[in-house]
Amino acid sequence: MTTTTAPLIEVDGLRKAYAGRAVVDEVSFGVAEGEIFGILGPNGAGKTTTVECVEGLRKPDAGRVRVAGLDPVRDHARLTGLLGAQLQESEVQPKLTVKEALELYSAFYPDPLDWRPLAERLRLEDKLGTRFAKLSGGQKQRLFIALALVGNPRVVVLDELTTGLDPRARRDTWQLIEDVRDSGVTVLLVTHFMEEAQRLCDRIAVIDQGRIAALDTPAGLISRAAGATVVTFVPSGPVDERELAELPGVASVEHRADGRITLTGGDETVDALLTLLARHHVTAHQLRVSDATLDDAFLDLTGAGQS
Amino acid sequence: MSTATTDTTPTDTTPTAVSARAAQGPRARSAVLRSEFRLFRREPGALFGVLVFPPGLLAILGSVPAFRDTDPDLGGLRLIDAYVPVTVLLPMIVAGLQAMPPVLAGYRERGILRRMSTTPVRPSALLGAQMGINGAAAFCSALISLAVGRLAFDVTLPRQAVGYLLALVLTVVVALSLGALVSARARTSKIANAIGSAVFFPSMFCAGVWLPVQSMPTTLADIVQCTPFGAAAQALSQAAAGDWPAWSHLGVLAAWAVVLTGAAARWFRWE
Repeated sequence: MTTTTAPLIEVDGLRKAYAGRAVVDEVSFGVAEGEIFGILGPNGAGKTTTVECVEGLRKPDAGRVRVAGLDPVRDHARLTGLLGAQLQESEVQPKLTVKEALELYSAFYPDPLDWRPLAERLRLEDKLGTRFAKLSGGQKQRLFIALALVGNPRVVVLDELTTGLDPRARRDTWQLIEDVRDSGVTVLLVTHFMEEAQRLCDRIAVIDQGRIAALDTPAGLISRAAGATVVTFVPSGPVDERELAELPGVASVEHRADGRITLTGGDETVDALLTLLARHHVTAHQLRVSDATLDDAFLDLTGAGQS
Repeated sequence: MSTATTDTTPTDTTPTAVSARAAQGPRARSAVLRSEFRLFRREPGALFGVLVFPPGLLAILGSVPAFRDTDPDLGGLRLIDAYVPVTVLLPMIVAGLQAMPPVLAGYRERGILRRMSTTPVRPSALLGAQMGINGAAAFCSALISLAVGRLAFDVTLPRQAVGYLLALVLTVVVALSLGALVSARARTSKIANAIGSAVFFPSMFCAGVWLPVQSMPTTLADIVQCTPFGAAAQALSQAAAGDWPAWSHLGVLAAWAVVLTGAAARWFRWE
């Protein structure tokens, strides 16, 4: 996505250390208005600290953060009016009911959304009279999403959006976030679900050990992975593994005991493989060609897969 | 108390934005107050401790015949007369030390204050609402005890009403600031409960729950009068008898209020 106007969220050279250890180091990115921007990374990579600096909950040690031109720390009072936040490990009063929590948070904002349709969208309409402490994990999470959106914000920061949700609720929530974005809201999303990032995000910053390891569209990240294409087949006759390993673009070759061979590589690998097999008069049974997923790209980029 | 933080308006804001937010502040804070009041009503322990227990204790003690005999040690007063100021102080101690600290520490522990700090309402609105509600409940309880004493046991109402009210207001402020300090230092609601109880019993002793201050040995009474609730008990007794409460007692109360409020403000953490 190309941006012609100044980004709505600007993070430039952000650095934050706890007890002398940098948890966020030289992180820079910009989020355009109306974009869903994902921050992806392993546990403890500095994702939450980064978005907390954007929300004004933490003061950066160095670097510049601007949200709609506001400094989240200095202009905190003004930022809160246009920000919706869903935090990790942050609750509402245990004996407050769902309805009361929605009404309370609506009253905080000058121009809130009607909370009733929002509660219906998040399937909370049967739980309006239930106290927060009696809600299940997924219901609590849905309430947090509603509270993040009820103020009719210009920027929404969602930290671990669908943690604790069942697959159905997860898909509903993704649709809701897409609709919210389509109404012009800018979304900053912290996640460790690849499927979620791939489905929702226009662009993704992969953070590893406090630094940005890659910043691209989901498709761009996948194509960067060493083995972007995966081919599996059962050869009708013997195949020389050395010949396979020498095919152009091959990243790995695996020969299983049941005879199935798995190759990872690029598009050119597939063409070369088929040519090679034809030359040896070998047929590829049960041939499957698939793209690598964001999962593979993620493991590749963060080095989390190296063991 | 949150006016200063929420209404700070940067100079480059448009007039409409300023007025929108200025109108928003009171509405948001009253919504916080309403919801905290609702939550207070859902805490049977706090309701009982603050509103039922102190007047109830007075009614039970008053039903003991010995409490209604005049006592030469108390200058011709009956024991029940000496216990009215005690049961007036009791709800303030319960509200400040038993009811409020676990709630506030829990709000911090559960990230409720932190969540609220991402909204246009400052988390101090929650602190203010809690102090207001607990203070008001303690005040109501004190009035109930005075009424029970007057109606059931013929205890005369405070003769120096202005002095009595002044002492009462100072005491509420001291009790709440003591509670705020406990909430400030306790990381979890469990710790707040423990610290609250540890301070609760000495406070009750000083207020004269077991032995009215007037009946204590001189040295002990001198020490107790330097504590917030000891001074409060003395000031209330004097005002009840028709005298203006001694400035030394009011001074002790005011000094505690300043010190405790300052300490709570200095140490309170929102997360």
